[in-house]
Amino acid sequence: MNKGIAMYPTSLPAKPKTFRIALAGNPNAGKTTIFNALTGGRQHVGNYPGVTVEKKEGVANFGGTTFTVVDLPGTYSLSAGSLEEIVTRDFLLAEQPDVVVDIVDASNLERHLYLAVQLMELGVPLVLALNMSDVARAKGFRINHTKLAKLLGVPVVPTEGHTGRGIPELLQAVAEVCQKLDSQSLSTRQVDYGHEVEPHVEQLTAAIRRRGAGSEHARWHALQLLAGDGLTGHDDDVNREAARLRAHIERISGADIGIVLTDARYGFIAGACAKAVSQVETAETRLSRSERMDRVVLNRWLGLPIFAVLMYALFYLTFALAAPLTKGLEMLFGQIGGFVSSWWPVGSRSLLKSLLVDGIGGGVGSVLVFLPNILLLFLAIALLEDTGYMARAVFITDRWMHKIGLHGKSFIPMLIGFGCTVPAIMATRTLETRRDRLTTILVLPLMSCGARLLIYALFIPAFFPPAWQAPVLWLLYIIGIALAVGLAKLLRVTLFAGEPVPFVMELPPYRLPTWRGLLQHMGERGWLFVRKAGTIILGFAIVLWALSVWPRTDRPEQQLEHSAIGRIGKGIAPVFQPLGFDWKVSTSLLSAFAAKELFVAQMGIVHRVAATEETSATLRAKLQAAYTPLQGFCIMLFCLIGMPCLATVAVTKQETGSWKWVALQWGGLTVLAWTITALVYQFGKLVTG
Amino acid sequence: MTTSANNITNLSHQPPAPTASGSREPLMPLSCARPGETVEMVTCRGGLGLQRRLAEMGLGAGSRFVVETSGRQGPCVIVVKGARLILGHGMVGRLFVRRGA
Repeated sequence: MNKGIAMYPTSLPAKPKTFRIALAGNPNAGKTTIFNALTGGRQHVGNYPGVTVEKKEGVANFGGTTFTVVDLPGTYSLSAGSLEEIVTRDFLLAEQPDVVVDIVDASNLERHLYLAVQLMELGVPLVLALNMSDVARAKGFRINHTKLAKLLGVPVVPTEGHTGRGIPELLQAVAEVCQKLDSQSLSTRQVDYGHEVEPHVEQLTAAIRRRGAGSEHARWHALQLLAGDGLTGHDDDVNREAARLRAHIERISGADIGIVLTDARYGFIAGACAKAVSQVETAETRLSRSERMDRVVLNRWLGLPIFAVLMYALFYLTFALAAPLTKGLEMLFGQIGGFVSSWWPVGSRSLLKSLLVDGIGGGVGSVLVFLPNILLLFLAIALLEDTGYMARAVFITDRWMHKIGLHGKSFIPMLIGFGCTVPAIMATRTLETRRDRLTTILVLPLMSCGARLLIYALFIPAFFPPAWQAPVLWLLYIIGIALAVGLAKLLRVTLFAGEPVPFVMELPPYRLPTWRGLLQHMGERGWLFVRKAGTIILGFAIVLWALSVWPRTDRPEQQLEHSAIGRIGKGIAPVFQPLGFDWKVSTSLLSAFAAKELFVAQMGIVHRVAATEETSATLRAKLQAAYTPLQGFCIMLFCLIGMPCLATVAVTKQETGSWKWVALQWGGLTVLAWTITALVYQFGKLVTG
Repeated sequence: MTTSANNITNLSHQPPAPTASGSREPLMPLSCARPGETVEMVTCRGGLGLQRRLAEMGLGAGSRFVVETSGRQGPCVIVVKGARLILGHGMVGRLFVRRGA
């Protein structure tokens, strides 16, 4: 990072035609709409190095210049409080974009300028986009942009992301900053921390400049070191000096230095706003539409019923609308399977045919059939998020979530968990403390995901009369939720003991969602699921297929028992005997570890029903003949609780950074599943005789 | 996380005894504020990490905000610096404020 261009401006060759700009801003500032307006929505999605925070990149053109646009995660500040903040800060320090565009909600200027001030302190070339300036006008704010630009020392451009107004002007301003880059004429104003603090900041800045490390952003490094914000790479002298000055300042001011600095920044912002912003009375100044709506939505008596109705609608619509699509996909895959089979003579035992039809078709096909359900659920969740209701749901659920030692913010990942555990675990990133995050991640597999619904859809109609089917399904979901609640509580009094840290969260205004935004959000999470189907499940489907056809035998009806997987399944069958499972079930459970969906496909294979034909009915008949309803229920119960799938294992490792938590999650849940299922089976056997 | 060590209750930030000095309104926990009331933030009982977070969200000592909803335990909604914030369960008992316009 010390090889940045800023240090040797004169040695640069002819100005490059491509500049890199980074978009920063608070969550809810409208960063995504500006990114889309700048780049036309064409984006390349990747990850920031080493972490799994998503990194969107696109290209914008203006007046013959090409700009690469990087969308930074939404953050309130640059202190190292959350993963997003650390990523943003490291990106700005290490990758040195040519210009940073800070997107600021003009109707909420004071708070959003806090990040701007920190960016100014970092010393990056900055342009402010006052987004949602139409909303600000409607709220009665009159912002003098020239004055604000002068007070802050950075270009200020009003924009309206959703109409595209102000975007050319924004690019113009960025281009102008790019022209001036090598002249080092950054006229950015700095916060003056007052006579008690400022001299010490300067003292430390000078010390850092002398030492070299971090000298390009010396003042920012000095402030971070003073606040004790976990910066590394400075030598002991500088660190000692910082500690001495911190102690000194805290002694004379009698307060934590982090808070002293924060207050000074807000003071600086308040001063600038007082000079550049005036407010006139409008219809919306008194009570915004959002506040009026929240009188009802957050109402003590009405809030919960509204929430319950919305959640019911969410699941009902997801499954009702998906049903015909799922049927269509099933037929499509059935036809593809039939078509591929027709290349071989009837009864052929060709390995290639078996691989294509049973292995790949049966494995991946049975998973993709489920895509409509998952996508619709994610669409509905995106709708709740983009309208702003999700933050209200956090508020409403917080009341009871705290009872299990979590808070309302854990509700969102849990809701997503009903779709797929993988995006749900990734959604825990919004939780600030590690204890909250780990607790949520560890119990998340108990939220019965879409893949497990596939198992229920096969088993419930096979073993229960129509009147019982809905209650049994409902019971399974409730068991999952109840166990999650119990385990979370248990974790909070044992491993993660301690008073829960209450949260502060912004309540965004209600917004009309855009189709584009909804589809983007749905697509991001849906893609994780499809990618799982295309990689992990495809790979494992082939491995499982191979294990089921080798070693080969001449008698096809004994192939499976003879095969490797059949032998393994038989080998571990005694373990599952107290649960009422035979070797066919234990063999299928091995597949369920690769992906729960594969359980169904594998049951089809072990019961010798070709997986790609219209088979549910035939397979159900075979299951009915082979198992009692009690066994059927126990199989579902075990699949619900135990053996989180491979993709969950991978994402848990990635997000917690340690195999320890993976082992605890996987082992704990599997032992729990075994115990509960064994109890249910043994007790059930006594009752039913 | 880096702040975990700071989550231990910081004794130096215990609220001062709520004795009314002069004409100033007495200190009270936020749970005692009524909806619609404007109050001044005085202090917060909690770890340094939490206090810094609050300050960054615009809830530093001396900042004024409007209580939109309240309750004995929370969660509640407040309006500070033009933005509406949810304070999670338990927060209302930790924030100590002073009445006053």
